[in-house]
Amino acid sequence: MSSNTPLSEGSEWTFELIETYDREIARIAGSYGLDTYPNQIEIIRSDQMMDAYASVGMPVGYHHWSFGKQFLNVERGYKRGQMGLAYEIVINSNPCIAYLMEENSMTMQALVIAHACYGHNSFFKNNYLFKSWTDADSIIDYFVFARNYIAQCEERHGTEEVEAILDSCHALMFYGTDRYKRPYPISAAEELARQEERAEYLQRQINDLWRTIPKSKAGKMGRTEHRFPAEPQENLLYFIEKNAPLLEPWQREIVRIVRKIAQYFYPQRQTQVMNEGWATFWHYTILNDMFDQGLVTDGFMMEFLHSHSSVVAQPGFDSPYFNGINPYALGFAMMRDIRRVCENPTEEDKRWFPEIAGSDWLSTLHFAMENFKDESFIQQYLSPTVIRDFHLFCILDEEESETIDVSAIHDEDGYRQVREALAAQYNLSSREPDIQVYEVDVEGDRSLTLHHQQQSQKPLAENTEEVLKHLYRLWKFEVHLYSYDGEEVDVSYRVPKRKGLSLAP
Amino acid sequence: MSYIIDRRLNSKDKSAVNRQRFLRRYKKHIKRAVSDAVSKRSITDMERGENISIPEKDLDEPVFGHGEGGNRARVLPGNKEFRAGDKLQRPEGGAGGGAGKGDASDSGEGMDEFVFQITQDEFLEFMFEDLELPNLVKRQLNATESFQLVRAGISEEGTPNQLNVVRSMRSAYARRIALGAKKKRRRDEILAELEEQMDDENHRKALREELELLQKKLSHIPWIDDFDLKYNITRREPQPCSKAVMFCLMDVSGSMDQRTKDIAKRFFILLYLFLQRNYEKTEVVFIRHHSTAKEVDEEEFFYSRETGGTVVSSALRLMDEIITERYPITEWNLYGAQASDGDNWTNDSPVCHKLLANKLLPLLQYYCYIEITDRGHQELWQYYEKLAESTPEAFAMRGIEDYADIYPVFRELFQREKPRVSQ
Repeated sequence: MSSNTPLSEGSEWTFELIETYDREIARIAGSYGLDTYPNQIEIIRSDQMMDAYASVGMPVGYHHWSFGKQFLNVERGYKRGQMGLAYEIVINSNPCIAYLMEENSMTMQALVIAHACYGHNSFFKNNYLFKSWTDADSIIDYFVFARNYIAQCEERHGTEEVEAILDSCHALMFYGTDRYKRPYPISAAEELARQEERAEYLQRQINDLWRTIPKSKAGKMGRTEHRFPAEPQENLLYFIEKNAPLLEPWQREIVRIVRKIAQYFYPQRQTQVMNEGWATFWHYTILNDMFDQGLVTDGFMMEFLHSHSSVVAQPGFDSPYFNGINPYALGFAMMRDIRRVCENPTEEDKRWFPEIAGSDWLSTLHFAMENFKDESFIQQYLSPTVIRDFHLFCILDEEESETIDVSAIHDEDGYRQVREALAAQYNLSSREPDIQVYEVDVEGDRSLTLHHQQQSQKPLAENTEEVLKHLYRLWKFEVHLYSYDGEEVDVSYRVPKRKGLSLAP
Repeated sequence: MSYIIDRRLNSKDKSAVNRQRFLRRYKKHIKRAVSDAVSKRSITDMERGENISIPEKDLDEPVFGHGEGGNRARVLPGNKEFRAGDKLQRPEGGAGGGAGKGDASDSGEGMDEFVFQITQDEFLEFMFEDLELPNLVKRQLNATESFQLVRAGISEEGTPNQLNVVRSMRSAYARRIALGAKKKRRRDEILAELEEQMDDENHRKALREELELLQKKLSHIPWIDDFDLKYNITRREPQPCSKAVMFCLMDVSGSMDQRTKDIAKRFFILLYLFLQRNYEKTEVVFIRHHSTAKEVDEEEFFYSRETGGTVVSSALRLMDEIITERYPITEWNLYGAQASDGDNWTNDSPVCHKLLANKLLPLLQYYCYIEITDRGHQELWQYYEKLAESTPEAFAMRGIEDYADIYPVFRELFQREKPRVSQ
């Protein structure tokens, strides 16, 4: 331990202290090679934190009732004390915006700075999903553009009109990304400049598609050959934006805005464990280093460890506090474990991870952070040690079976299965039903047909019809959805409902 | 590189718009909850917010998701005694299958009501929405207080106290520039020339003379002149102002039992809150009566007790006196509201009828009568019914049986409608 004097003694923070801590944290983060965007640290009140919560991560959001609902929800939770306002919200932007609440003690501010401004920040800048799906430089401008555009639409077309379109787009928000095609990064300036031109161009294209005058029945014979779209489309919002026959240009633009914003959030939904794990690992490492260098007091450490350990707590499945696997806990444990495997591998580790056991932990950890998402990260790095520490076990809940079967536990025979099942649990495409646009009846009634491929015979939720109503609102012609179990149609939906007709395809 | 920004002084309520959007969208639910709350609450308790609960399913934002059934594999933490191959009984109600599945199962956790708070202001807003005082007409302009001074521009003439300093200085400055610029330029030229031309003494002399002349002329330009002065002018604009007074009449005689009084008070409190909220210039006169009538203040009206016989006409007479004395009909819109259990001294009801029909109703914009009773109607009601028939635009009456009727009846009486033709 060095003989440095602590940066501060009491729990009060000041702007000078925040600067000092930030400088020290940045220094240590730099020594570990954390590559970050510049930070914009904003001190806010707790009610502003609630606002930030309610706008689900958009520092500049358009107006919509659902954010109001979100706000009331947060407010209620906060007032009842069910929820401490989390210490951090951080925006994937350049500069990277992080909020600190004024009520926090100096220790908590330091924790948040280390966690958000250096942990999350470096994750945003270097993880491949964020790199390829989001453009941190222009996102704030895009939010501003979106907000202004939607406000203009409200003025021109009425709040209710706009709200209805937004409702429908939100219902399909998770179906607004191409999972396999890489997108073009969003650029706000271009977006604005090209927007009018695009509206016109789009409308022309759509007119081309729909110009076909309905032909006689003979023409229908050849339909399968000219199926439109030629390939099934997974990006429903994109498909609607480009092809919905009756949308006004401004409505298309709104569909596009929701789609672009969904795309911006898409990486976050797939990297929860990694992102939180990474940030937690670094606040833990950095603050411990500060302690070792004599920069913080014992009291500081006690307070820090207290909140750190409640963040990474993992209640068991039978605990009343159980609420799924805690991404902070799992992520932190795995990040630490990778370091352990590199530095002090056991025989078991050498068998499981021959390529990383004994390697340089820092570059291995950076590599893991940069090149994976939750699903693949778990598949690649979840070690028997962590499985044992968490007492993970896998159950199979099959429809036909009377009982729930324990298929694997944390033992030699079970590690691989547990790991695979847990990875699958984080696979977005198994969490969300696989629904794609199959066909549009271009020459006939213009109806839209979707196919759902069931995974493990999981049916669609009860409110599927409600979602289809939203789709119908955008498409404006009949919408069909066939839910396939293998090759067989299991259930079919049609909106709007036709009276007294069977719905066989 | 970090920037630290203090945002604590930024405005509050960034979410206010979204919150309003939400309230507007669920207006129907909130109105129902407010109306329930009004009939449940005690009378002292109107001025606070309310918990509104809306069934979660009504504010669902549907997205595609998986339903129950199918085959699922799940990984859970915290195993204690299970071994591979164990078979477990399904937990009741699918709890095991639902918990921890994230978003998909949030609704399955028994939170089927979405509860939130609205503020007192919002509460009252919803409570009194669409209500207004009927037949409000703009009465005579009151000379004393209904003028407002408005700015009417700038003038060259005025009194010193109206001097517009900025405009005056600006015009003085402009004038000084206009008059002096040419001379100053020439002066500068001469000065420059004097610097250079050292030899030609005659020329220098001429220049010096010219310079002197210029200096003199320049010093004669006044710093401020009479016609620089500019004055603000104002104009007195008459303000159309409508004033209203509401007479609240309540029977506090022995026949009014506690419950009836309570209902009457609630009705008046509603009325009072409504008036307070909507009309800045509304005065309220409280009259309580048993066999004699008395004008009282708000506190006494609502909270003190009395007993005795009932002579309704005494209150009407007092009301008439107060009108003559304090509220000339040329300046005021007059309203009356009366609550009673219907009991009246025998032979007094025809008097009331006459008083109202001949003296009061011609003066009043609107008079409403609520009778709080679950028994049959008595004489007073019958006489009043005649009034309702003969002058329906200025007289309304309703019966209230229970607490629950108060709010609906109140709304009915003050529902906003197309302006009626006043007599």
